[in-house]
Amino acid sequence: MNIVVYIAGALFAVAALFAVVRIWRGPSILDRMVAADMLLSTLICVLGAEMVYNHHTRTLPVALVLAMFAFVGSVSVARFATKQKDAEAKHADDGASPLDPSLDELAGGEK
Amino acid sequence: MSGVRGSIWRQVPLLVWLVVLWLFLWDQVSVLSIVTGLVLALLVTRVFYLPPVELPDRVNPLGVLLFIVRFIVDLVRASFQVAWMAIDPRRVPTSSIIAVQLSTKSDLSLTLTALAVSLVPGSLIVEADRQDDILYLHALGTETPEDVEQVRAGVLAVEERIVRAIGSRDDVRRVNLSRAERSLPPLITGRRQSAWESRHPMVPAEQYTPEGGYPE
Amino acid sequence: MTADIWFEVASSVCLLIGALLSLAAGIGLLRFPDALSRMHAATKPQIAGLAFILLAVALEQRNWATVSTLFLVMLFQMLTAPVAAHMIGRAAYRTRHLRRELLLTDELADVVDRASHDLATDPATRPK
Repeated sequence: MNIVVYIAGALFAVAALFAVVRIWRGPSILDRMVAADMLLSTLICVLGAEMVYNHHTRTLPVALVLAMFAFVGSVSVARFATKQKDAEAKHADDGASPLDPSLDELAGGEK
Repeated sequence: MSGVRGSIWRQVPLLVWLVVLWLFLWDQVSVLSIVTGLVLALLVTRVFYLPPVELPDRVNPLGVLLFIVRFIVDLVRASFQVAWMAIDPRRVPTSSIIAVQLSTKSDLSLTLTALAVSLVPGSLIVEADRQDDILYLHALGTETPEDVEQVRAGVLAVEERIVRAIGSRDDVRRVNLSRAERSLPPLITGRRQSAWESRHPMVPAEQYTPEGGYPE
Repeated sequence: MTADIWFEVASSVCLLIGALLSLAAGIGLLRFPDALSRMHAATKPQIAGLAFILLAVALEQRNWATVSTLFLVMLFQMLTAPVAAHMIGRAAYRTRHLRRELLLTDELADVVDRASHDLATDPATRPK
């Protein structure tokens, strides 16, 4: 059991590291949000693993609250990103003008 | 339309559900927890008012069980598929955006289908057209046009399982018709279904309620 | 006594599977080419991974109070994850954060093009 928990912990650490790399590299705010969401899910998993290891349920309410409110961040960022795009669309109403570079940089975008 | 009485009865399932949720949170069934749960449920439904959901006129417990079991199997199997796609070093999966025209009109089946489809890994709802009941989904790992058709058929199968479980009589008729077009046998037949169909003729889509219910 | 050992073994296996799924999600997050694909990798195996971890906790604790709370954790995650995924997916599509050259087909683009074409050419359908 001990060994299993150590292995699982290492796997979680690597997964969390990958998520942090994705948050760092971006390229867009949406990618960062997806990675942050995944980091949070990994955190809930780690809480669960720790409960198994130490035979207690004290952090169960924390996991519950995280599961309930994890999506608020994603939804607000998604709305923010869409609003940005709408604002850009208003600027580029005559079709020919390219997106405002500063806004494009803010919203990221695949290069 | 249905008056105050109707709207209160419509809310009973929601209230019961909220109280059950509250009991689960407290891990105990006592007079105090039930009373506080009831008070909170009433308060929450008054303060955060949501439009009532049109509830179906038939429920099939066996269908519900079948849907849940199949859903869990799909979830686990597809999770491992996506996990393998992520690890597989040979290639990066190709995805596509697929439009799926659903057979039913009701909001409830549209929502449940969208929820079930997006929980099963490999598909993600990008856009939903409530007016025409079309789901646009982003599907991972579609290498050929056949894969695309497979995903489409999969979504329709999920819809059929949901309709079998808790679809209204009108949903059942629409699914049966859409299956007949694809020369498949009807999903559900029966005396009560045909009796309902004889009393309720087909109406054009414009006459449906905003929630996608059969106009009464 | 032997039953306890079996529960512990089952719990460990669930823990390992959950951790492996989490790791796969992390790898997918790094490897997949665009925001929508990463979305799949990050959220979906994660749900099954979480389910396995919670199952491990349930197998280890084996009392109803814990199981009911674990059920709630899973339920909230299952209800909210598709909402978040849909919102992010929609925003990603609208802000063009996907690499179209990697798509096999895009059946939504035709609809969007037609709609914007209609709006542009026919002043009667232009929304006020």
